[in-house]
Amino acid sequence: MSLQQSTSQTFGPYFHIGLKPIAVRLPAGAKPVVITGRVLDGDGKPVSDAAIETWQADLTGAYPVPSTDGSYPATSTLAGLGRVPTDAEGRFRIDTYLPGCVAAPGGGLQAPHILVAIGMRGLLKHLVTRIYFPGEAANADDPVLKLVPADRRDTLIARGASGELQWDVVLQGAGETVFFDC
Amino acid sequence: MIEVYRRSMQGTQPEYRFPPYGSTAKRAPTKLLVMLPHTLSETTGPVFGHDSVKAREFDLTAGHADLPLGKRIVVSGRVLDDGGKPVRHTLVEIWQANSAGRYRHPNDGPHSPLDPNFTGCGRAMTDAEGRYRFVTIEPGAYPWRNHYNAWRPKHIHFSLWGEAFTQRLVTQMYFPGDPLLPFDPIFNCVTDTKARDRLVSSLDWEATIPESAIGYRFDIVLRGRHATPVER
Repeated sequence: MSLQQSTSQTFGPYFHIGLKPIAVRLPAGAKPVVITGRVLDGDGKPVSDAAIETWQADLTGAYPVPSTDGSYPATSTLAGLGRVPTDAEGRFRIDTYLPGCVAAPGGGLQAPHILVAIGMRGLLKHLVTRIYFPGEAANADDPVLKLVPADRRDTLIARGASGELQWDVVLQGAGETVFFDC
Repeated sequence: MIEVYRRSMQGTQPEYRFPPYGSTAKRAPTKLLVMLPHTLSETTGPVFGHDSVKAREFDLTAGHADLPLGKRIVVSGRVLDDGGKPVRHTLVEIWQANSAGRYRHPNDGPHSPLDPNFTGCGRAMTDAEGRYRFVTIEPGAYPWRNHYNAWRPKHIHFSLWGEAFTQRLVTQMYFPGDPLLPFDPIFNCVTDTKARDRLVSSLDWEATIPESAIGYRFDIVLRGRHATPVER
């Protein structure tokens, strides 16, 4: 049996009513990291109505696993899930942590990263991108970063140090953030 | 073998750049997307439990001093993957305008009034068969500035997480027979009329509550999994 997939539609400008912020829960012993940045449109103007959703592994590189018997757990395992809106200046702030290295398909490890979905008015389907961390030796061998043209990889790697990082989303033009077909 | 999610089917998903919808002009990416292999990061997602929603969050007509204005409706359906498998125990979030077409949002208005008895936000979990159900009121159409005399057809925004980040879907549900549908660039963002028509709910007598609420059925299909050999 094959069904036709439902069509994506824009988040629109009023998603705040239904899509409330979700604070990332820090695992015990996690190193806190604050990622701040701006979302900018093709004119370099701030995007004040974007939602940024983040998904990341725990400190060991593992993700929550649903029960195989289909049972419905009493409590949720949302660890690693986050959502923040941009403000009037297009700014956002993600309070999170440095995740562990996730297994790569076919063996090996990926560099620590956060998977990101971005929705807003003017996007009929959300954008998918990733945030990598500066100064991580594993970045050099990351199988996903290797798929990105070398001169655009820096758009996926946050800047800064000491747990205070900056990462901007540039929707168009020079310095356009790399977005993925997921 | 690794389990990955099927890519978008031909004709079902919009392009980012779509000139009839003016806001895409400065926001759609201009460079080619990079094909992302589905790793654990893409094939996992939050696991929702009984604590995800409160008991009354499915009822948008409750929780205020009085009932909201407008025609009460029951919106229900199933969430399936494209292989026909129910997507169970996943969070469904909806938001909508009130019966006059106004969102309870600081940036909307003043084209029509707020309703003190309506917030417009609901949440529910799918059950073991992928079924969900909301009680709400029929939203109104409202004007927007996309083109001269532009009006958005009545719609309810739907957000779904599925079982994996790759299944994430935000979409809109429309109402059958809405005369504004042929003129709406967001509804008409894909050329496949069958895909488009999937966004239109159908009158559902089985869900209708006599002398209380009219039922509409809206089924949602997320991307499904299939096994593929690992490249080494």
